[in-house]
Amino acid sequence: MPGLRCGSTSKPRSARAQPLVTTPTPVARRTGPGAFRTGAGSRPLRLRLDRNTTFWGLVVPPAVWLALFFLAPLLLIAVISLRPDLRGGVLASFAPTIDQYRTLLEKPTYLRLFGTSVGMALTVAAAATLLAFPIAYFLAFRAGRHAGLFLALLLIPFWTSFLLRVMAWKVMLGSNGVINSFLLSTGLAREPVEFLLYNRFAVIITLVYVWIPFVALPILAGLHRIDPSLFEAAADLGSTPVQRFWRVVLPLSLPGVIAGFFMCFIPTVGEYVTPLLVGGSAGSMYGNLVQDFFTKAANWPLGAAMSLVMLLGTLAFVAIALRLINPRQFAA
Amino acid sequence: MSARTSLGSTPSRVRTSAPILRGYYAVLIALLYLPIAILVLFSLNANQVLAFPLQGFTLQWYSNALGTPTALTAARNSVVVAAGSSFVATLLATMVAILVARYSFRGKQLLLALSVLPLIVPYIVLAVALLLLFAALDVNRSLWTVGIAHTVIGLPYALLIIVARLGGVSPFLEEAAADLGADYLTTLRRIILPIIAPAIVAAWLVAFTASFDEFALALFLAGADPTLPVFIYGQLRFASRLPMLISLAAMVMVGTLTIVFIAERLRRRT
Repeated sequence: MPGLRCGSTSKPRSARAQPLVTTPTPVARRTGPGAFRTGAGSRPLRLRLDRNTTFWGLVVPPAVWLALFFLAPLLLIAVISLRPDLRGGVLASFAPTIDQYRTLLEKPTYLRLFGTSVGMALTVAAAATLLAFPIAYFLAFRAGRHAGLFLALLLIPFWTSFLLRVMAWKVMLGSNGVINSFLLSTGLAREPVEFLLYNRFAVIITLVYVWIPFVALPILAGLHRIDPSLFEAAADLGSTPVQRFWRVVLPLSLPGVIAGFFMCFIPTVGEYVTPLLVGGSAGSMYGNLVQDFFTKAANWPLGAAMSLVMLLGTLAFVAIALRLINPRQFAA
Repeated sequence: MSARTSLGSTPSRVRTSAPILRGYYAVLIALLYLPIAILVLFSLNANQVLAFPLQGFTLQWYSNALGTPTALTAARNSVVVAAGSSFVATLLATMVAILVARYSFRGKQLLLALSVLPLIVPYIVLAVALLLLFAALDVNRSLWTVGIAHTVIGLPYALLIIVARLGGVSPFLEEAAADLGADYLTTLRRIILPIIAPAIVAAWLVAFTASFDEFALALFLAGADPTLPVFIYGQLRFASRLPMLISLAAMVMVGTLTIVFIAERLRRRT
């Protein structure tokens, strides 16, 4: 703080040791909201109340909104998943049962599909990360003057309608689609290749396409954070460019790479739209199963149990993976 | 190697890796644009079937789209939902951002976590959760329920943008304002908000586009009144309407890109 306050403009009234704005201190955290300006004993009472009132005005709307429309719905999933059925409406009283989870365990196809979806999400995230890394590297270190333009070019597809991009792949892969037209007209194939669309391959290729620009962003941010003098230091110590890449650039960029990977992985596990459009029944994912239980099959308690398994399974997977990788060791 | 050598200026390195990386970038960008470009090409093609060879230029699909009342209603619905939800999301995000950057209180980490957590909850889980909530509250599905869902997913994006901007604002400006007799609300209104206004507008636009394009939640929560993506999805089963739908999506793309461009300009302005 010293040196930052404008001494020439401060009035006698403000002769205090601390700035008005508090920074997080252990003291404040322990004493709670009512006392977050413990260091300001000499300040007029009016100002203190005023900042306090403002605090409540700022904290109540977002807290209530998130509690009602984010936290409560997630808890409701857990409650509904313990119901035997939905008789009497969502809020009717019931005797808790773990029947839904038992059903889930007894039908191995359900959990196997979850495993398949996790596998597909891992494939998509890995492919998108691998393909996006050189792009981010180029933008960070090799794009030169036009880096901004090159970045904008990368982001335009990302801001293009998601449905449009998925539809585009349907048109690309379909039996009278672009790839087949090309194969037929060049004589590379006699009849349309049917195995391109309506399977897991189509879902994976479409999702990789959709995610590449998005994954490049955190990797780019990670690369931008690297101190360039480290490269000089490595060079001075006699490293080759390849060594510099493997032992300096890559480890230091890993937090960004991991962020990009999981920002793609998590939404992909719960994906149900892309399989609907290009996956067909052979390419359907766990998300489609959940969707079915809430629409066609109309078994909300089982659907709720499946959603909760997905949410907790995904978060647990991410937590374990992060613990194993421990990104902090690279960031240090 | 000399002491001046750095990753960016090593001659041998530039010679070997720069052209390869540039070529890779060019190929990947081309592959990213190819499917979209082909789709736009088909939207200008005088053939109901999306296949080569092209049959000739037409704007028929575009005029079809603009002449379909249900499509225009869906587009209007999307604009209303996006405008409303992005307004609420940005308002709440601004509040959380000020709390995070300027206050110290018990539960701060919890509030921050709750605000950012929607980023890592799969959309289908959130969709199902809100469906249950609205069923429990006996609220019929409508544009309102879609809008509420979109405030939850727009908030984290808006928050990250505004917090980044607020972090660069010196707290001593507020102290100066207080010294000059302003109460804290006045300080927020007259000092802080004007300074972070570009970030707030950028956050609002990002939340707007996120809502406008959102489909996974809207499909679960929209009632009889569809948003544009829900409308497009519903029409996809009619193969003959595909060119019209693509022209619709292409027009939306141009609109979205304009908004994003403005948002980006505002975010960068300091």
